[in-house]
Amino acid sequence: MKKQNRRTMAVLLTVIMAGILLSVYALGIFIPDEAAAGSFLNAGKSPSWEHPFGTDALGRDLLMRTLKGLSISMTIGFFASAISAVIAALVGIAAAATSRGVDAFVNWLIDLVMGVPHTVLVILISFAMGRGFWGLLIGIAATHWCSLARLIRGEVLQLRSQQYVAISGKLGKSGGWILFHHLLPHLVPQFIVGLILMFPHAILHEASISFLGFGLAPEQPAIGIILAESMRYLSAGMWWSAVLPGVVLVLIVFLTDQLGEQLRMILDPYSAQE
Amino acid sequence: MKETLGRLARIFCTYGVRTVSLLFAVSLISFLLVSASPVDPVQQYILGLGTAVSPAQRAEIEAYWGISVPPAERYCNWLTGILQGNFGYSALYRRPVAAIIRERFWNSLALMLCAWALSGVIGFLLGCVMGMYRDSWVDRLLKKICYALSSVPTFWLGLVFLLIFAVWLKWFPIGFSAPVGVRSRDVTLWQKLYHLILPAFTLSLMSFSNIALHTRQKLVDVLHSEYALFAQARGEGRWTILFGHGLRNILFPALTLQFSSFAELFGGSVMAENVFSYPGLGSAVSAAGLNADVPLLLGVTLFSALFVCTGNMIANLLYGVIDPRVREVGE
Amino acid sequence: MEQKKEALLEIHDLSVSFRMYEEQGLRQSNLQVISDLHLTVYPGEIVAVAGSSGSGKSLLASAILGILPDNAAVGGHMHYKGQELTAAWQKRLRGTEIALVPQSVAFLDPLMRVGAQADGHRRPRPVRKRKSLFHRLGLPEETEQLYPFQLSGGMARRVLVSTALLADAQLVIADEPTPGMSLPQALEALRLFREMADEGKAVLLITHDIDLAVEFADRVAVFYAGTTVETALAGDFKKGPDSLRHPYSRALWRALPQNGFSPIPGFQPYAQNLPAGCLFAPRCPHKTAQCTTQAPPVRKVRGGEVRCYGA
Repeated sequence: MKKQNRRTMAVLLTVIMAGILLSVYALGIFIPDEAAAGSFLNAGKSPSWEHPFGTDALGRDLLMRTLKGLSISMTIGFFASAISAVIAALVGIAAAATSRGVDAFVNWLIDLVMGVPHTVLVILISFAMGRGFWGLLIGIAATHWCSLARLIRGEVLQLRSQQYVAISGKLGKSGGWILFHHLLPHLVPQFIVGLILMFPHAILHEASISFLGFGLAPEQPAIGIILAESMRYLSAGMWWSAVLPGVVLVLIVFLTDQLGEQLRMILDPYSAQE
Repeated sequence: MKETLGRLARIFCTYGVRTVSLLFAVSLISFLLVSASPVDPVQQYILGLGTAVSPAQRAEIEAYWGISVPPAERYCNWLTGILQGNFGYSALYRRPVAAIIRERFWNSLALMLCAWALSGVIGFLLGCVMGMYRDSWVDRLLKKICYALSSVPTFWLGLVFLLIFAVWLKWFPIGFSAPVGVRSRDVTLWQKLYHLILPAFTLSLMSFSNIALHTRQKLVDVLHSEYALFAQARGEGRWTILFGHGLRNILFPALTLQFSSFAELFGGSVMAENVFSYPGLGSAVSAAGLNADVPLLLGVTLFSALFVCTGNMIANLLYGVIDPRVREVGE
Repeated sequence: MEQKKEALLEIHDLSVSFRMYEEQGLRQSNLQVISDLHLTVYPGEIVAVAGSSGSGKSLLASAILGILPDNAAVGGHMHYKGQELTAAWQKRLRGTEIALVPQSVAFLDPLMRVGAQADGHRRPRPVRKRKSLFHRLGLPEETEQLYPFQLSGGMARRVLVSTALLADAQLVIADEPTPGMSLPQALEALRLFREMADEGKAVLLITHDIDLAVEFADRVAVFYAGTTVETALAGDFKKGPDSLRHPYSRALWRALPQNGFSPIPGFQPYAQNLPAGCLFAPRCPHKTAQCTTQAPPVRKVRGGEVRCYGA
């Protein structure tokens, strides 16, 4: 009875949180560009009913800009973590299921990626791609796969040592058959949870890199860019332009993180005990 | 003692070879990346000069950058230079890259070291408290704070701190490592520290939750261990167990973890230095990237990789010195 | 003759159960691991608690010391030197009056040198006494500088035994102290226990080794499925099955290699589904209708104690 409740609760929370995230995303997409454009007459207004987040130094409504920025961040975050998770799965399975040489190489590769601070590596990749959307996407995707790859590698190694997998092999089942029937059912939940838990990190990184100026073009309303602009007006007392968009960003990141945890509870209850 | 040294030398060598191979790969990959960039460093350099450049001068600059030389040869030249200590010349700061790195590294090191020590101490203490009072309200509250902090971006936290402590309360300066308008050799240690506090505090807040949660888990494991049960059977109280057995078993894993977190530390310092306009390596690398200052970008990248590898190396050596299961296994 | 003395430790109707969370930690159930246990230990004697592995013997030690995990519930009464054992008193007695010899090397701190661990946390450290004790137990001088992972199984047991002997306790609870030791080493350790007992202290020897129990203990409590089915003088076991009182004790005797090695049919019940009446009834060749409905009380029969209607 109790068990049923907890599971239902987790499903309900997941649906609610996913709903909030999706509606924030949709809001950002469907808000017309004009709503986020501004006039100098409105410049530097503090929060009011008309402009709940106030306006920036160019008179643009910050709530609209924040929402638009969040949907861009979420797009980049989603694609980057999806690519990253696929890399992680391929690399992890390759390391565990093929030869020792491949395993050693993968470990070395992970050490390599972990050996350069992520921020610096993303700056380099963004520089190589001439900044912009693609540089950011590839940069974040290239730096986030390591821990999930290690996890999947460990999982596959552990599964391979299980008796039923060994017996399948003895019974003459092919490697592909074993992969599909014994390994994937265990790996898919891990993969999905890993993907979703990567999502908040990717959003955070997107915001950080945009903040440094390596992300999107300055006229685009990315959260990092809004916050970078706000820095210039900090001493002028425009606190809202730094605080409010940041709070929303933190909430969204927190929400995606919680979504991942709830999903883990549903998909993989054993690892979610603590 | 002699055996310990021998074993350390062995760890040092195996890890050293790996480190060298990693650094070599970092140099190659970062060189390939900057070579692939559509940003033209010569154009950026000329823009940076701010004056008109004659075609002859332009050719001279191109020759200096080695544009006509094939990339493989350019890489070899660059690498040879680095091995001789010549990191090239920064177009942005108009100084040798090696000099910039040397100067800024000390600034960054001061910042990172303070943040590192602060987060280590706070994280370890909080982890102990959480572990000792597991599942109490204190533990649950601290755990929530730790998880919540991991959703907060460093730079935004820095912005909020700037707003509160520098703009509103005026307790701390808005940025830089020293008062503006004072010659660098006249800056006192106290002034430097004063400018360091806010960025270091920001940076430490970003990393203590990791160490706190790790320490908590380790302490919970220790308190549930059979040796803790036996200690209890011999009349030791909870705190005696913590000081007699707990610290011994959790301190070094925590220290190892802390040493292997240099990558996050450096990444965080890039953000913190930019928010607080702190003249360290982090602000140099983003400025280099934005201004297409290729030698500086490459130099700092390589240096950051060296920094991270050093941390990992220390973690490995530490493990070998301290844990008797590793230390005395050869005897 | 010993019945005249005041008992050092008396246990009546002791029961220990665990609240367990089944299946992914969501359903709660109670696991009865010790039920209606009776045991008396007098000063000057070694009492063996003998039974097969996995019958909850180690938990008896934890219950006496008051170090059961939080999810354990304890019922019944325990008296030490005639006074009810309370949690606060247990805490004071631990390591001073009552000492434990734990089962394995895992009970030693992996990062602490053995010498310091044998000394314990009390100050001043009994260094000289420990050195002579190590010597008597055949532990080389350098042992004190070693870490637990460097000890052989036998050395680890001897170090564990030394911790209890150093505590100068009135009652030593030794949980399987001898496996892994060589025969002379085991004999030396047991001789040390004997000396302790002769000084008026007492030893509770928890073991699965009936031969060992019979050889060294004064009395043997036969432990089955979380309770003591019979307490007999060690001599009764030497005399043979006819002087024993409980069918399980007799079956144990017959299962010994020198007595025919005949196995006992059936299995010890698992703590989750204990039978209603006598715990041994399902395997007992002499069971009656009464045995399966009502647990037999403790009775004194021929100088021993037994829980059996047929005795």
